[in-house]
Amino acid sequence: MSQLRSKATRDPWWLKATALSITFLFLGLVVVVPIVSVFVNAFAKGFGAYWEAISHPDTLAALKMTLLAAACAVPLNAACGLAAAWLVTKFRFRGRDFLVSLIDVPFSVSPVISGLVFVLLFGAQGWFGPTLQEWGIRIIFTPVSIVLATVFVTFPFVTRELIPMMEEQGVQAEEAATMLGASGWNTFWRVTLPSIKWGLLYGLILSNARAMGEFGAVSVVSGHIRGETNTLPLHAEILYNEYDFTGAFAVASLLTLVAGATVVLKMWLERKVRK
Amino acid sequence: MGRSARLPGFGLTMGVTVTWLSLIVLIPLAGLFAKSATIGIGQIYATLSDERVLSAFRVSFGAALVAALINAILGPIVAWTLVRYEFPGKRIVDGLVDVPFALPTAVAGITLTTLYAQNGWFGQILTPLGIEVAYTWKGIVAALVFIGLPFVVRTVQPVLEEIPSEVEEAAASMGATRLQTIRRVILPALYPAILTGFTLAFARAVGEYGSVVFIAGNMPLKTEILPLVIITKLEQYQYGEATAVASAMLLVSFAFLLLGNVMQGRLRRRKS
Repeated sequence: MSQLRSKATRDPWWLKATALSITFLFLGLVVVVPIVSVFVNAFAKGFGAYWEAISHPDTLAALKMTLLAAACAVPLNAACGLAAAWLVTKFRFRGRDFLVSLIDVPFSVSPVISGLVFVLLFGAQGWFGPTLQEWGIRIIFTPVSIVLATVFVTFPFVTRELIPMMEEQGVQAEEAATMLGASGWNTFWRVTLPSIKWGLLYGLILSNARAMGEFGAVSVVSGHIRGETNTLPLHAEILYNEYDFTGAFAVASLLTLVAGATVVLKMWLERKVRK
Repeated sequence: MGRSARLPGFGLTMGVTVTWLSLIVLIPLAGLFAKSATIGIGQIYATLSDERVLSAFRVSFGAALVAALINAILGPIVAWTLVRYEFPGKRIVDGLVDVPFALPTAVAGITLTTLYAQNGWFGQILTPLGIEVAYTWKGIVAALVFIGLPFVVRTVQPVLEEIPSEVEEAAASMGATRLQTIRRVILPALYPAILTGFTLAFARAVGEYGSVVFIAGNMPLKTEILPLVIITKLEQYQYGEATAVASAMLLVSFAFLLLGNVMQGRLRRRKS
């Protein structure tokens, strides 16, 4: 493309040099140096100390909690996200726009407020708190509340990715399938799903990254009980506040690897979708 | 495009969606507003006029504004470089833009704090120059610039890709210098996208907690942010006060988003 562009649209060398230097300097200082420093800090005391921090029972418990939260939130939101996207893109009905903007709400709310709403519902002084207490059910400061908060913050990802995609594809293919006698489920599995699989995967990856990395919302509802309601990000915080920097950055390095994998997968999928 | 009623699944998907949406979003949010309705106006006023809360409002919204402005200036330059120039490692640089979006905020928080602390990599250079970043409002801005980086770049990038080269060629053939073309032709076409990115980055920054709480130092009246005020009140079981602050924060944020949309509409109209 750029070779075809005429001389008139070519930038003078100094402009190009300036733009390139600003970009490299900005991204270098703001993104690259911090990533490098995570690993330098994690391995500052050698591989032995790193391994010890990673294999510590508290870290493993936090890892388990993080995986559990993601394993609950991601599939639940994916299934319901698919239903919501089908509803919104295949049918026109009253209140449709309202529904779409409601789906986006968790994105525009501070993570701390996302946690707060669950404390207000299920906390000791919350709406359902006293009733639940009578039944002997605790939600706040237990893994259940961590899963709830994670579901809330990752709610929009899948739907948001699917709606524009399914909107563009229209309804003809599905209509043809049903007219030829395919059942609703068959139409969905054989016609719709194959055409949206990359977008679905894209949404899954993004919601997984957020589920594993969520801090503010989870922090409010978790109670920071070691070995019980600690997730990896919360564990990194505790270690950091105890001046165990090697431990904190060892945990952080795991999360950074997840983030790295997320970015690589995201780019790969974007190329696939464009094709 | 007509949507058909011939496809099956309306009842099922409507049921699933409304149930899920109610359980996860509607009921919790309704709980928040119901709670703030039970607090008297007097108490809400007392909570919000508290010096510490007012200061947190200034810190959160002020730092978010500065950080979003920095991103609104540097973001389009990054987008320009990524769209218009070819250079080795371009795909890696493109991927770097997404890192702040994918990296857990707590990781960003402890990393930036370590970098900017007095003996950190950046701190060692900045402290002798008399610039303190960690545990000051500058640190909050540094964290928020990191968090907001993808928003402006990713909203400007596709718009920049779509500008037809004929427009630039026409400007050049009418005698405009390259700089004039960029300033008079390209930049105005980008304004709505820059504004969208700015608003998104700003909205995200106002509520940001994980990346800021470590580097802010959290000094009441100086570097205490709103989300931390909410958490502090929750930890003291002052649910009412926490709710009042949270609702006010939501209202102000929505007002800013609305303002952004209105300005967006104006820009679009002027363009056409």
